[in-house]
Amino acid sequence: MTSANPTLNTASAAGSREGSAFAEISQETLALTRRLFVQLARRPSTLVAGVLQPLIWLILFGALFAKAPEGLLPGGLSYGRFLGAGVIVFTAFSGALNAGLPVMFDREFGFLNRLLVAPLRSRSSIVLASVLYITTLSLLQSAAIMGTAAVLGYGWPGAGGLVLVLITLLLLVFAVTALSLGLAFALPGHIELIAVIFVANLPLLFASTALAPLSFMPSWLGWLAALNPLTFAIEPIRAAYGGELSLHAVVLNAPYGQLTSGTCLGVLAALATGLFLAIRPLLDRKLS
Amino acid sequence: MSTGLSTGLIELQNLSKRFGAARRGEGGVVALDGLSLSVPEGCLFGLLGPNGAGKTTTLRILCTLLAPDAGSVHIAGIDALRDPRGVRRLLGYVAQEVAIDKILSGRELLELQGDLYHLERQQRDQRITELIALLGMADWIDRRCGSYSGGMRRRLDLAAGLLHSPKVLVLDEPTVGLDIESRSAIWQVLRQLASSGTTVLLSSHYLEEVDALADQLAIIEGGRVIASGSPTELKAALGGDRVTLRVREFSSESEAERVRSLLEACSGVRQVVVNRAQGFSLNLVIEHDGVIEQLRRQLAEADLPVFALAQSRPSLDDVYLQATGRTLMDAELAVAGSRDAKAERKQSMR
Repeated sequence: MTSANPTLNTASAAGSREGSAFAEISQETLALTRRLFVQLARRPSTLVAGVLQPLIWLILFGALFAKAPEGLLPGGLSYGRFLGAGVIVFTAFSGALNAGLPVMFDREFGFLNRLLVAPLRSRSSIVLASVLYITTLSLLQSAAIMGTAAVLGYGWPGAGGLVLVLITLLLLVFAVTALSLGLAFALPGHIELIAVIFVANLPLLFASTALAPLSFMPSWLGWLAALNPLTFAIEPIRAAYGGELSLHAVVLNAPYGQLTSGTCLGVLAALATGLFLAIRPLLDRKLS
Repeated sequence: MSTGLSTGLIELQNLSKRFGAARRGEGGVVALDGLSLSVPEGCLFGLLGPNGAGKTTTLRILCTLLAPDAGSVHIAGIDALRDPRGVRRLLGYVAQEVAIDKILSGRELLELQGDLYHLERQQRDQRITELIALLGMADWIDRRCGSYSGGMRRRLDLAAGLLHSPKVLVLDEPTVGLDIESRSAIWQVLRQLASSGTTVLLSSHYLEEVDALADQLAIIEGGRVIASGSPTELKAALGGDRVTLRVREFSSESEAERVRSLLEACSGVRQVVVNRAQGFSLNLVIEHDGVIEQLRRQLAEADLPVFALAQSRPSLDDVYLQATGRTLMDAELAVAGSRDAKAERKQSMR
């Protein structure tokens, strides 16, 4: 700052000393996350569409089967109460499925190169920011749906139930986010990514226990639904809505055996971990 | 190689890079073919060459966005291949295609950039204020980037590159497609930077730009350096002055040929060319000023008038012509049809 031309001062060059790793990683991660939220605030259509679509499912499907004979569903649930858990999970799922889109656009428009030229302490910050952003967004959308379901009289879990719902949704969101981020780096462009998202979305919803119990399904579909990760998230939440908080409670009679809440959560956790490990080599390659 | 004897702040040695060869070594497009470059500290260095010569690839390797197939990259003694982060902290990079976030305002983009370089908030904000003043961005910096013109974007990107006061500023075609006002604003900043000790490395396919700005330059073609030095040195090395002669405003071809054979007979005259595009005027090189008088005498004796006679020192274009055997413009035209924009876009995508 002693030079005659303070605005071009280079003496203090490369300004930053080596700070602590934690401080630097949080600084870069927070800055990247903030960017995603500023984008969301100025272009809230993602948020709105992500709530509207499940809301329509909730209202239309709820109405469609409002007069279903009592006792049709296991445990004597009304259809609305049955549907709630499915739509909540679907909301979180489709929200997280979009995780790769901002990354894909950054790749395509070259903004990612701007990040890669910067001396990031860890390039995991880029991934971490996406995970933070999409998790918050999905949970916000799910909360909106849960609120609406409660207003429609489809129930509300107690405090303990909320914790179980939150954990389940988090595990599902992590797994799906990992998948979507992997696709965002593996596919050539956003057209392909959107196509995959579009194709994956609804079939996974229909081939799960979101809209109908296993007992309604032909056996091949029952098998599919009992292997579908969405089902593993739906059933513990449905149980929590019914006041069943024990991890040892059987929540699904799958064709291959009985599943407890604990098993479901374990599978989701394994899936999330497995997917993050699986995409790691890809991310390392693309970000190095 | 890096025994401390190297003098440049930036040392590129024997870089080679091939694209699309599917890691099998053969085939594909050769982008760099043993390129070596040494840029002294505090120098404003120009990389001159037609599109497709390997300028962008060189800069991308320097900025750690690409790994070379072979060769070494050192900046201030740091090996870019071993310690890319160390190099990234020294560098500001202004890419050719300005990647900005349309939704953010310019100021927000700079704040993000500052955080990615781990500036402290106070230092960051102060620096942003300085750069806004320096680059004249105050009127629009809080508007969203999506509304910016090309010149505004380029200035913002320059600010982003300068934010962390880098030791080395790397710019890829910084003024391509810009209006004159933005161009001269950027030139002025680059000159100031170099005079205050920042090393500036820029690529360009504008001769005037490199001539006007660069302390030193390297001409790149076919992925290697074919000539380097200061503009003055390079021009002086060519020797002789360039003369354009017209005996009439519009000569006929036969008259021009007649003049040509006359001129070629004179001593101290070289490289006489009939320029068809300019009304059959004649371009030639003379070895010293005295030759002009002799020319006039000869022409008078042959009863030929002199409509115009212009003499100039060799330009960079002449340097280029001498080094490559063609003018820069011809080189541009030659590659214009042979490049695959889609493939290049893919290369730069991660």
